[in-house]
Amino acid sequence: MSGNTPVLAAPAAPPQKPKIAGIVAIGVWIAIAIAFVVYFARAFDVTLIERFGSAYLGGLWVTVSLVAISFVFGALVSLPVALGRMAKNPIARALAFAFVYFFRGTPLIAQIFLVYYGFGQFHDFFEAIGMWWFFREAWYCGLFSLALNTAAYQAEILRGAIESVPKGQWEGGRSLGLSRQVIFFKVIVPQAMIVGLRPYANEIILMIKASAIVAIITVYDLFGVTRQAYSRTYDFQTYVWAALLYLIVVEALRHATNWAERRLTVHLKR
Amino acid sequence: MNDTLTLLGFGATGWGDDLARGVLVTVTLSLATLPIGLCLGFFLSLAKQSEDYLLKLSADIFTTIFRGLPELLTLFLVYFGVNAALKSVSEATGLPGIALSSFVCGMVALGVVFSAFASEVFLSAFRAIPHGQREGGLALGLGRAKVMLLVILPQLIKIALPGLGNLWMNLLKDTALVSVIGLADTLRQAQIAARVSREPFLFFGTAIVLYLVLTILSSFVIGGIDRWTKRGEVAK
Repeated sequence: MSGNTPVLAAPAAPPQKPKIAGIVAIGVWIAIAIAFVVYFARAFDVTLIERFGSAYLGGLWVTVSLVAISFVFGALVSLPVALGRMAKNPIARALAFAFVYFFRGTPLIAQIFLVYYGFGQFHDFFEAIGMWWFFREAWYCGLFSLALNTAAYQAEILRGAIESVPKGQWEGGRSLGLSRQVIFFKVIVPQAMIVGLRPYANEIILMIKASAIVAIITVYDLFGVTRQAYSRTYDFQTYVWAALLYLIVVEALRHATNWAERRLTVHLKR
Repeated sequence: MNDTLTLLGFGATGWGDDLARGVLVTVTLSLATLPIGLCLGFFLSLAKQSEDYLLKLSADIFTTIFRGLPELLTLFLVYFGVNAALKSVSEATGLPGIALSSFVCGMVALGVVFSAFASEVFLSAFRAIPHGQREGGLALGLGRAKVMLLVILPQLIKIALPGLGNLWMNLLKDTALVSVIGLADTLRQAQIAARVSREPFLFFGTAIVLYLVLTILSSFVIGGIDRWTKRGEVAK
């Protein structure tokens, strides 16, 4: 009978030798790697590094500082939004929901354009309230949009993390006579942070990637510097350098997260 | 107020028809990218579970690269890199040169990014299906392809749907990036209208509202598919 197939016996001995599909796939990558090495060996130009090396490092610094500052401001804004999402008051809930839906449901690039180009239309108004210096600068506009955008995402992360802590933790704290604030900051938040660590780290990575958009509104971040270097040299390796720098930053963050998670959950391992 | 209506209206005086065409391009690009991303992502997730470590490693390299690069940079790498490569090939061989349009570049770049993320969604969905399902199918005498198609896939879609829905939303929003390399999508049309009419707030605001409408419509459709995949479950 066909029911008695050798398939049932197969799982016992996993194949030791790599198969053809794997060899072909890795072969493609090796070919790409060799092509890149050859390409770089031929196209490599020391004068390019002399010309743009420091600009790239400066661009990297702009990217990192932009992400760091907007992440912190976003965290501050996300706290009331997350509380609004969890509130009993229907108006607060609706407002917080609308905020989150608006920023998560529309492209960041459109939000940045709206702030940078759109707000300029209300030049007189911003001049009158003394905020024009802020919305005049592309860097501040990028910061503003990024901060509000990440606030919406962080609010959802925060809400999910807080709601993941069992209700009994609140009740236990209250039965010990602790105030709501003490329970929240000393009991709930530390446990919520273990759950929230990975989503928060992912959010930072997403922000680093998304921050490349500010180059379109003339901020010279890593991507902005790259575009400038390309437009002056028409040398494709300028983009490859940027890709390598972005990959290094993102991979470093990912490994740091894995390490931090292992440290934080050491007491949960058996 | 009347001015606003004229500007957003259809016809020669308004920008309504241009914006509508832009929305059509946005939706077309997203829908054209989706099958590429889903298929590639599915096969990547199969490669990641394979016992062949070389295949697994290759899939992991792919994911690491395209999940780590900014979408905008991937788009530029495809736009400039592939076009430069095509040009040098045509110069070397004497064949007539072809250049990828911004639509095709957007499809390739966004499809590759989508598949890198989708492979992770599929992978965790595969892991959520108990081994017994596969073994049961094999015990009934079904072939490996049939087990995948009739037993695993229907359950896989149900588990992976929320994650894939999120990726679809990201894809829809990421199409706005393709406007930077000249695709006449919603954002690009809004940009042109804003420059000509000097009403940037109105037009970028309209573009944002249009994207919001697309997201809300998508969430209704995804909700419908979700209910359809769960039609066999007990109503709660």
